[in-house]
Amino acid sequence: MKILVCISKSPDTTSKIAFVDQNTKFDENGVQYIINPYDEWYALVRALEIKETLGGDVTVITVGPVADDAIIRKALAIGADDAVRIDADPTDAYYTAVQIAEYAKTNNFDLVLTGKETINYNGSQVAGMIAESLNFPFVSLATKLDVNGSTLTLEREIVGGLQVVEVSLPAVVSCAKGMAEQRIPNMRGIMAARTKSLQVVAPVSVDLLTTYVNYTMPNAKSTCKMIDPTNMDELVALLHNEAKVI
Amino acid sequence: MSVLVYINSNSGLHKSALETVSYGKKLGGNLTVITSGSADDSKLATLGKYGANKVLVDRSIQGDDDQQLTQLIAAAADSVGATTIMFSHDLTAKAVAPRLSVRLKAGLISGAIDLPAADGTVKVNVFSGKAFGSVKVNSSVQIISLLPNSFQPQENGSDCAVESFSANAPASLIKVLSTKKPEGEIPLPEAELVVSAGRGMKGPENWGMVEDLASALGAATACSRPVADIGWRPHHEHVGQTGVAIRPNLYIAIGISGAIQHLAGVNGSKVIVAINTDAEAPFFKAADYGVLGDAFEVLPRLTEAVKKFKASGH
Repeated sequence: MKILVCISKSPDTTSKIAFVDQNTKFDENGVQYIINPYDEWYALVRALEIKETLGGDVTVITVGPVADDAIIRKALAIGADDAVRIDADPTDAYYTAVQIAEYAKTNNFDLVLTGKETINYNGSQVAGMIAESLNFPFVSLATKLDVNGSTLTLEREIVGGLQVVEVSLPAVVSCAKGMAEQRIPNMRGIMAARTKSLQVVAPVSVDLLTTYVNYTMPNAKSTCKMIDPTNMDELVALLHNEAKVI
Repeated sequence: MSVLVYINSNSGLHKSALETVSYGKKLGGNLTVITSGSADDSKLATLGKYGANKVLVDRSIQGDDDQQLTQLIAAAADSVGATTIMFSHDLTAKAVAPRLSVRLKAGLISGAIDLPAADGTVKVNVFSGKAFGSVKVNSSVQIISLLPNSFQPQENGSDCAVESFSANAPASLIKVLSTKKPEGEIPLPEAELVVSAGRGMKGPENWGMVEDLASALGAATACSRPVADIGWRPHHEHVGQTGVAIRPNLYIAIGISGAIQHLAGVNGSKVIVAINTDAEAPFFKAADYGVLGDAFEVLPRLTEAVKKFKASGH
């Protein structure tokens, strides 16, 4: 079983979000990058669990500059066998997906896993785009994944409920909460990660389909109006007359 | 200019479908709706009231398979010469819109929260709702998925024609073994009013109080992550960064401290009420109204006050 896990970097959840260059660029000053949590906790860990029971190889791939080697080494420390970095800025989802699909095409993976979305762009786009580029079936937002021979059994979220589906390999799956539990790399893993293979691949040329023109911050919340806990009529009146939501 | 709107009509016409059609209407030009499944023609025809000129329906496919839906929407887009293709930003859109983007080489804007600006850019949430981005599409065809509760449905037209359509979609590669859908509940992302509770409720046996308030308001219920993790409430009620992201008109948070990961899932709410015993709870910084007090005393009072308000003719 050859599994490709797509990882992306994202700012640590507690990072201050700000923009520079007339609000056209994310301010990276002082930002600590982590592996996008959905990619790490769910996609990568589930891939390792599958490998541990069925054998095979887990490759992690990211599209990014040399600074992203730090998150790749962490993925290797958690247990991935080898890694690929496409040496380019992941400018938009389409660009990123085509780079990954191009690599996947020539390397015969049985299963491609991603997180359900990144916590910086929240688009939930890359996995579906990889699936279409490879012409593989795609199961989005899976919360459970089991392998039986060449078939996957998955539980996925659907509009207003849950569904259990079966799909043949090769396939692309985006992973949501429930799939696996976070793993902390141990010292042996961290040492081993230093010598694992990290292949750097030049990007292919792709036209950008979208451009982020600029960013804005939400208006700061005015201070919270405190209501006397014994006077809930007042709260109801405020929600009706002032907030106009009931 | 021709707009094609995909709607999922499998379990009736959701408010999110009406929102998406109304939004598409505002873009101008001819508006066609494409759907699949077995919804009644008479029901589909009512989409005309929200701006549809015509509804196309392919009854041969069910809508569980993203490859079939991609083929369906691509064929419909080709037949009407669509320059904009719209979805509601739900789980179907998350599976299908990216495929369609690659198929048609059409830029995809996921989770629009407003109509396009004069320069054509569309605003979306980024950094889990902590900021907004304005996105421009560089291709001749654009795909937009609209975040639920971001645009009000606007009804003023009359019924439209419903025609059958065949996409000659390939056989499904996804075999559905079972589907579990709680009946009669409003899908959380579509709810306008949400009552949500956390560990402050002390145990699942105390949820009756939360449900009483929700039913008095006509609200959906939700919960925080720890509560879903320990099994007090079903996982589909979990809102926050790892759960569902919602933007109701009113979010009432009871006994939830307001960790940054929880706020990321609810900070698009128009009005937030926090009820907590801890004056230092971070939720009070994100809320519009705060009640510092014991949920076990405050909740019954609030439910009574809501009932009184409703009884007075509201």
